[in-house]
Amino acid sequence: MTAVINENPIIQVNNLKFFYPGDARALHGIDLSFPEKNVTALIGPSGCGKSTLLRCLNRMNDLIDGCRVEGEITLEGENIYGKNTDIIELRRRVGMVFQKSNPFPKSIYENVIYGLRIAGEKDKKLFDERVEKSLKAAALWDEVKDRLQESALGLSGGQMQRLCIARAIAVNPKVILMDEPCSALDPKSTARVEETIKDLRDDFTIIIVTHNMQQAARVSDHTAFLFEGNLIEYGLTDQLFVKPQVKQTEDYITGRFG
Amino acid sequence: MSTTTKNMNKYWRIGEPMVWLSGASLAITLLTAIILLAVIMINGLGVFWPAELQRLELQDGNQVIGRLIKSEPTADGSALRRQYKIANRDLYGLDFRWIDEDQIVSQEVPRNLLVLERIEHGDFYGELKSLNLNGTTRTASLPDLTKALIEVETEIRGLRELEGKLKDASYLMEQLRLKKLKFDYKGVPANDPKQVALSQEKAILDEEFGHLIDIQTRQNARAREDTAMFTDASGREKEIVLADIFQVYAPNSMGLGDKIAFYSAKLLELFVGQPRESNTEGGLFPAIFGTVMLIFVMSLFSFPLGVIAAIYLREYAKEGIVVRIVRIAVNNLAGIPSIVYGIFGLGFFVYGIGHSIDSFFFPERLPTPTFGTGGLLWASLTLALLTVPVVIVSTEEALGAIPREMREGSYALGSTKFQTLVRILLPMASPGIMTGLILAMARAAGEVAPLMITGVVKLAPALPIDGNFPFFHLDRKFMHLGFHIYDIGFQSPNVEAAKPMVFVTTLLLVLIVLLMSSVAIRLRNKMKKRYTFGTF
Repeated sequence: MTAVINENPIIQVNNLKFFYPGDARALHGIDLSFPEKNVTALIGPSGCGKSTLLRCLNRMNDLIDGCRVEGEITLEGENIYGKNTDIIELRRRVGMVFQKSNPFPKSIYENVIYGLRIAGEKDKKLFDERVEKSLKAAALWDEVKDRLQESALGLSGGQMQRLCIARAIAVNPKVILMDEPCSALDPKSTARVEETIKDLRDDFTIIIVTHNMQQAARVSDHTAFLFEGNLIEYGLTDQLFVKPQVKQTEDYITGRFG
Repeated sequence: MSTTTKNMNKYWRIGEPMVWLSGASLAITLLTAIILLAVIMINGLGVFWPAELQRLELQDGNQVIGRLIKSEPTADGSALRRQYKIANRDLYGLDFRWIDEDQIVSQEVPRNLLVLERIEHGDFYGELKSLNLNGTTRTASLPDLTKALIEVETEIRGLRELEGKLKDASYLMEQLRLKKLKFDYKGVPANDPKQVALSQEKAILDEEFGHLIDIQTRQNARAREDTAMFTDASGREKEIVLADIFQVYAPNSMGLGDKIAFYSAKLLELFVGQPRESNTEGGLFPAIFGTVMLIFVMSLFSFPLGVIAAIYLREYAKEGIVVRIVRIAVNNLAGIPSIVYGIFGLGFFVYGIGHSIDSFFFPERLPTPTFGTGGLLWASLTLALLTVPVVIVSTEEALGAIPREMREGSYALGSTKFQTLVRILLPMASPGIMTGLILAMARAAGEVAPLMITGVVKLAPALPIDGNFPFFHLDRKFMHLGFHIYDIGFQSPNVEAAKPMVFVTTLLLVLIVLLMSSVAIRLRNKMKKRYTFGTF
């Protein structure tokens, strides 16, 4: 646990332990802070707990019956595992993009404003505005602006994933979590999504889980390496990939295991 | 030798026999279904075709007029015998007769033979001799008869109108009687203004009713004055009141166009007409109406109930031993014989709930039951209970088949469980839910046993919907096509004569199920297109 980054941490993880049902421990006390308006990548071999950690940040793990969390995660200073946390509110502030793109079986337009609609928003003007803004931010506007009312299911895989990004952006979150967003995409679509991620860095804090170290190197400012539920090394991406401090990290990024 | 064995081994390994086996079983299933449908179609569609009438001369000198039904070998197989419909039940006692082919001396198809469809005693086959109009008798031909019938028909129509008025009047009188019962039950004294007003109203109605009856008797007598004389095959005379003749036609002199027109008119009557002759003739409208209404009301109960139950089981209930037991129980509910549901419906709905309703709301009418007897509502509820497992199972499966990412995607945007359910899960599950509804409707349409003890009748005096307040009378008994088949096929005094109607009714029932499910399937396909992934 080297180099705790101090520039404006928006999310602070303190001694986080996570247990799957049956007391199977997946995270063994993680301390980590995510800086604001930065891209942070979580890397590590399969089963190292990087997705679990990510899903703790918007309490997506609550959907699993019988799991348990110890420790503390603060978002802008507030503990999200506190007694009075409004999960709905939390998830509006921490959006998420999934490994498999999951547009709803609705029109492109309705997909983007879904988050606004369920929040009770009814202003048509705001809808139009947000749809344009979010789709532009996700670099999808030019491709779909003439068929906003068509089903989102007719889009290509890469377009679907960018639509999911637009959908997450539309509710104006502080943080966007991305769980291997490119693993189901071809290289060309991957490149476009990565482009999008880089563009979004100015407005949002992005935390991305990835399998692909080149991708982490390309898009992220900071990188955290996890192994068997422990945080092994955390630092600036440039430093971590060029001069890893820990042997395990070096072994992993040089391809000796994982 | 060894190469043959090798080839055989290879043949088995590839699985060729399995392909043949599965193909054959599918073929057998299809074939049986097609044969069944074909039998129904052939027998059902031919019923209304005006087939020719033959006049036969037999070896013993007797003459027979009849319609050929079928011919088959005699018991010893040496000769052929034919079955004829000879009608004239009032003269001969039987509608049908077997005639050995070698008994027939001559056979012709005279153009002047008539078929009379009568209000009573079934058809009459014979020739027209004379007409007796306004007291004068004269010889006549078919056009004269038709003209006379048209005149009589206006009178009959007047009578029908009168009958309708009588029905309304008796309905009002019944309402008054029930009102009076209520007053008496509550102990309102006879000299109370309310009671007085009631008896005044009743007196007026009684007078009106008597007046109507008088008119009816007079008009009826007048309408029955005109008669026509017919002769049967052997020249026996039969006088028939014109008002009793429902329809007359000469099948042997009809061209193809006439026959088609006749056939279409008959088909139309089937759909919109009232049944006659203890249901063996006439239309099936009340039965069609009852069937459709039953299915509709059944869906109204079973659909929401099943879907909501499935939502609880799949989305809200904690997975565990209890849920698993409930699920097994629901799956096995489908295996309970439907008559058991009927008995339950009778005990629980009719005697239990129905009787309670009666004693709370209509105590003055007891012991005459209002809701405490079989009726459309109870039959629908019983069927709803019977079909709800189908809806539950298919809804659960449809909800379970939705990928986890969909739920997560919705939750991740800050939606609640309920919002996810309503906005994402239910629309996506709708094709599957529709499938369940289709299956449930088809099952309900074919069910007869539970209905027989929860409210279906041979002949319902009134439809469950009419112009009298409150318009929907779900407490009423109703007619049903499935029960109709059973009734006329097995409970009719003249089974042979009713046979064509059995086929027609079956065909109609199949058609109704087909129609309702094709509407539902169209709806489902529309939903499928909207809510599922075309390409990935």
